[in-house]
Amino acid sequence: MSLLEIKNLTVSFDTVSGPFRAVDGVDLNVDGREILSIVGESGSGKSVAMLALMGLLPETASVTADVMRFDGKDLLTMSDKDKRSIIGQDIAMIFQEPMSSLNPCFTVGFQIGEMLKRHTRLGRSERKARAIELMRAVGIPSPEQRLSAYPHQLSGGMSQRVMIAMSASCRPKLLIADEPTTALDVTIQAQILDLLRDLCDEFDMALVLITHDMGVVAQMAHRVQVQYAGQKVEEQSVEDLFSDPHHPYTAALLSALPERATGRGHLPSIPGVVPGQFDRPPGCLFEPRCAYATASCRINATPQGPEMGYALCNHPLINGAPADGTKAREITA
Amino acid sequence: MLRFFLTRVGLLIPTFIGVSIVAFAFIRLLPGDPIMLLAGERGVDPARYAELQASLGFDKPLPIQYINYLKDILTGDFGTSIVTKRPVLDEFMTLFPATIELALCAIILATLVGIPAGVLAAVKRGTWLDQSVMGTALVGYSMPIFWWGLLLIILFSGILQWTPVSGRISLIYFFPPVTGFMLIDSLLSGQSGAFRSALSHLILPTIVLATIPLAVIARQTRSAMLEVLGEDYVRTARAKGLPPRRVIGLHALRNALIPVITTIGLQVGVLLAGAILTETIFSWPGIGKWMVDSVFKRDYSVVQGGLLLIAGVIMIVNLVVDLLYGLINPRIRH
Repeated sequence: MSLLEIKNLTVSFDTVSGPFRAVDGVDLNVDGREILSIVGESGSGKSVAMLALMGLLPETASVTADVMRFDGKDLLTMSDKDKRSIIGQDIAMIFQEPMSSLNPCFTVGFQIGEMLKRHTRLGRSERKARAIELMRAVGIPSPEQRLSAYPHQLSGGMSQRVMIAMSASCRPKLLIADEPTTALDVTIQAQILDLLRDLCDEFDMALVLITHDMGVVAQMAHRVQVQYAGQKVEEQSVEDLFSDPHHPYTAALLSALPERATGRGHLPSIPGVVPGQFDRPPGCLFEPRCAYATASCRINATPQGPEMGYALCNHPLINGAPADGTKAREITA
Repeated sequence: MLRFFLTRVGLLIPTFIGVSIVAFAFIRLLPGDPIMLLAGERGVDPARYAELQASLGFDKPLPIQYINYLKDILTGDFGTSIVTKRPVLDEFMTLFPATIELALCAIILATLVGIPAGVLAAVKRGTWLDQSVMGTALVGYSMPIFWWGLLLIILFSGILQWTPVSGRISLIYFFPPVTGFMLIDSLLSGQSGAFRSALSHLILPTIVLATIPLAVIARQTRSAMLEVLGEDYVRTARAKGLPPRRVIGLHALRNALIPVITTIGLQVGVLLAGAILTETIFSWPGIGKWMVDSVFKRDYSVVQGGLLLIAGVIMIVNLVVDLLYGLINPRIRH
């Protein structure tokens, strides 16, 4: 049984100009100790889906799902109070902007200690000792002194380490990392990713890594889920995804990587933009930008089975070409 | 921290000199002359007038008068009232506790009601609760103090007869001042009913004086909270599984209080200015009423000495607020 199981998650926001569906029927499964990566462009609903799970969305968001189960417990029927004892303790989350994610008015020691105070029965001195231990574990030098440091005295990398120490403090079963390295220097990025992987091994922790960086995916993930405009369009193990993407969007994303570009000239790019609130296509959401789209794609998109990476596509690719022989078309964006 | 403190204290000196010039000059800009006012309608003959001028030092040129005034202040002498012949400092010390008592009660009321009201309005943003809190605050802020005071007197003292109209305590009670604070002195006196009487005299003036600061604090708290509630660290606090009470009351409010504390500090000046009107309406024997009376009598020494003392109090309070600001906001601590 998987650790986290979500079926048909939909999140929509009430906006002045009507409802906007940010997440559209997404399924998600995470097994214990697994690293799942969710990839997609900005606005593909990766963060919103995870914030919905954590209950961190504003009141203007309405969240529905058929199943939302964590570690055997049904999160949908659970009271807010019960959910709060799981949030932080068993499911923890770190964010994109480490510098603004820590409260500027409190010391690092207080903020880590507060998590322990909320979810454990440790006494004051035990909490302090545990906080020092955690800070050492995430690679913060001289943790005894840093305990009384304020967030503005730390660099971005150090702040993210503090966030990681804090979220790992109750040994969560699942850590959600929302673009944890996007705001950091490249050299620090690698260190933080290494740290996350080490923690997963050490604490037997599962990790959901939200990113738009295929390099990070290749380096970290066991399994990948690709999202586009609020929908899950493909899901495969990382090796299979990189060697044989089945959804045209995934294929286009991968071929846009500079490392994969073949020959000279311009880097390949995907024409057009992600559909917004008002220009949502009626059928397949990727149809206007897809090289293999046909008339049927304007009506619907058929979900494929596991052998096709659950691709949400009428003409899934095998080895870079549609299995049903559909010819590529010219797109004028 | 020490350096921060010393720079702040150093900045007080030029401010103090500026205030002394203003206080000295403004009362002399008013038409009228203290000796003529003292003499009354019968007038005074020119020889006696010159004699009195010389004895008060008013015969010398203004710059010399100003320098003498400064010299006296540096030796701790704030002058002697032309009317009562008592030292200005003594009068100030006698009357000041009444004003502090009133101002303290007002700022406590304004803070205790204003901050929760602002937080509530921010958390329930856009609801009828938010709109009624902000509407009330706007009315309170726009209301002329003297008119508001009179309305309350008509309702609570006149029609309902719940509270007395004026003064600090009922005339049937008498006891020597110990602290100068009527609430404390009445308790110390041990006379039954004295505390109740002092409290009932304090209620209306406190409400009137607190009205504007309360409105300002509530509005400032609301806008600071709204800004802070959208911050990433508030999301982090919620992601820790903390109950909403702690997320709002500790993580958000602590940050929102930074601008609010500055506002509260600035209200001290507003309070002392408001005290002039409030004390006059309620015949409250504090420094506000004292200043008004002295201006009417052209009591130069009281006005220039008293203004300087009041300005000194405001400057010290603002200094304390600045230091407090450093305590609550670690980013400006050194």
